[in-house]
Amino acid sequence: MFSYCTDPSALSGLTWLSCYLTTGKHMAFYASFGTVLLLLAITAPVALSFGFFGAMAARSRLLPLSWFGKAYISLVRGVPDIAFFLFFVIALDQAFEWLRHQVKCPDWDAPIRQGNDFVVCQAAKLPLGNAPQWVHETYGFSLAVLTFAIVFGAFAANVLFGAMRAVPRGQMETGEAYGMSHRQTFWRILVPQMWVYALPGLSNLWMVLIKATPLLFLLGVEDIVYWAREMGGSKTPRFTDYPHGDWRMWYFAALLVFYLAFTKVSEIFLERLMKRLSHGQATTGGEAQRKAPV
Amino acid sequence: MNCLATIQDYGLRAIGIGERLLPREDFTLCQQFTLIGSGMIWNIYFGLLSLLAGFFLANAVAVAKGARSAWLRKPAEWFIFLFRGSPLFVQFFFAYFLFLSLKGAYAFFTPFTAAWLGALIVLFLNTAAYSAEIFYGALRSIPKGDVEAADAYGLTGWTRFRRVIWPTTMRLAWPAYTNEAIFLFHATTLVYFSGFPAWQQKGDALYYANYFADKTFNPFIPYPIVAFYFILLTLTIIFVFGRINRFLNRHLPQEQHTRLRVRPQIIR
Repeated sequence: MFSYCTDPSALSGLTWLSCYLTTGKHMAFYASFGTVLLLLAITAPVALSFGFFGAMAARSRLLPLSWFGKAYISLVRGVPDIAFFLFFVIALDQAFEWLRHQVKCPDWDAPIRQGNDFVVCQAAKLPLGNAPQWVHETYGFSLAVLTFAIVFGAFAANVLFGAMRAVPRGQMETGEAYGMSHRQTFWRILVPQMWVYALPGLSNLWMVLIKATPLLFLLGVEDIVYWAREMGGSKTPRFTDYPHGDWRMWYFAALLVFYLAFTKVSEIFLERLMKRLSHGQATTGGEAQRKAPV
Repeated sequence: MNCLATIQDYGLRAIGIGERLLPREDFTLCQQFTLIGSGMIWNIYFGLLSLLAGFFLANAVAVAKGARSAWLRKPAEWFIFLFRGSPLFVQFFFAYFLFLSLKGAYAFFTPFTAAWLGALIVLFLNTAAYSAEIFYGALRSIPKGDVEAADAYGLTGWTRFRRVIWPTTMRLAWPAYTNEAIFLFHATTLVYFSGFPAWQQKGDALYYANYFADKTFNPFIPYPIVAFYFILLTLTIIFVFGRINRFLNRHLPQEQHTRLRVRPQIIR
């Protein structure tokens, strides 16, 4: 990257390090931090909406819908989450291919599960065999996002379900006394007020989501864990201009620092958000703010 | 009975007893149940030992975090922050590679690069940090009256801690600690996916489930089996911890018992 980097073997000390840390591969490593942030940016809202609909379903007066919502919420409990991650990635992939297979090749008569193989017709393959590399990567990434959203949606549904029940009953009754319908009280009274009750749970969930991002590696995405393993391994002079020993420990130490900083920043930010949301609310936090000397 | 033979062959496969070769084709349901079940030995091993050892360290760290002296408080705070603020998955990787480079320098560290010791240490420190935070929270929410009553009886120092403060802390912390125990057992499934090698294919339940899913390309059988085993394990933990909870609350009138509210859901 720098002009003095043309002959790395002649360099030493800090200049060597500055060249080493700006190689093309390192740029890919830094970009993978972007992958993690992108995953968080997409997953958080999607999981939140999954959770919202899950909680709405669980509250529903329609019995089957309520069962579905409650089953979704309790689905992820009691079982290690990583089992779900490993499961959904294959299961979703096969489900998509199976659906496309039904649509695109209706006259296919061989069974799809042949012994230990899962066989669908060529046109139903996802992504198509001749697709460029980026399509494969994007497909893998979207599968990961969907998996995260399903698992974390169940957690969020649990939190939101509790928050919806925490809104004081009197508030809803007041709405009903003013002649609002069930739908109106839900959208105008319950939903605006539930967030302050949901926030402690949701911020906890956000922390957990941050700490779950390294599991992307298990889903086959080239994320920071993948690159840290890749770059840290010992390199011989034959294959690289920057030979070094086994530095994986240092790369993972860097990841640790990254995550610690990230959770710390989130913690500070969420604390401020909680302060703002409690303003004027009928909770102990809101009460403390009201009484505090200006 | 074909299945009995399978159980004999693979029932203790995870600790290296029985058939050496894993099944390669024509996987039966019995094989999957047996092998995944034998993998549970490791999950229980990691969970139980780190929970037991972590309990003691957690108590010490919680008391240190509540201490007035900064020399005790600061290290405890940093310890808790370090382990709670970063993903367990990355902690495993870091520890593995740390032990690997230490092994290069001192032969003493050779067993640390194996999962049975290295991963156990990470899990031990991790659960100690999480539990310490729970105990610290409980330590701070002890009713003032309890401590004042102890003072009035002339109890001081260690006696006061042992007879009044510590039992109340445990009583208050127990529901949250139950959840922590459940998460910990769930977290043990990460071990063999995080650098630590499964030497001679001796792995935990999820390792074998993953093996079957890779070979059969059918996730719908092995993963539900893992789920089944873990639900059993979770129920056992809830039962045992519920008993202890009852014991801790035995002097209180029935309706004042702190209920166990089980919310096993958090990854770390």
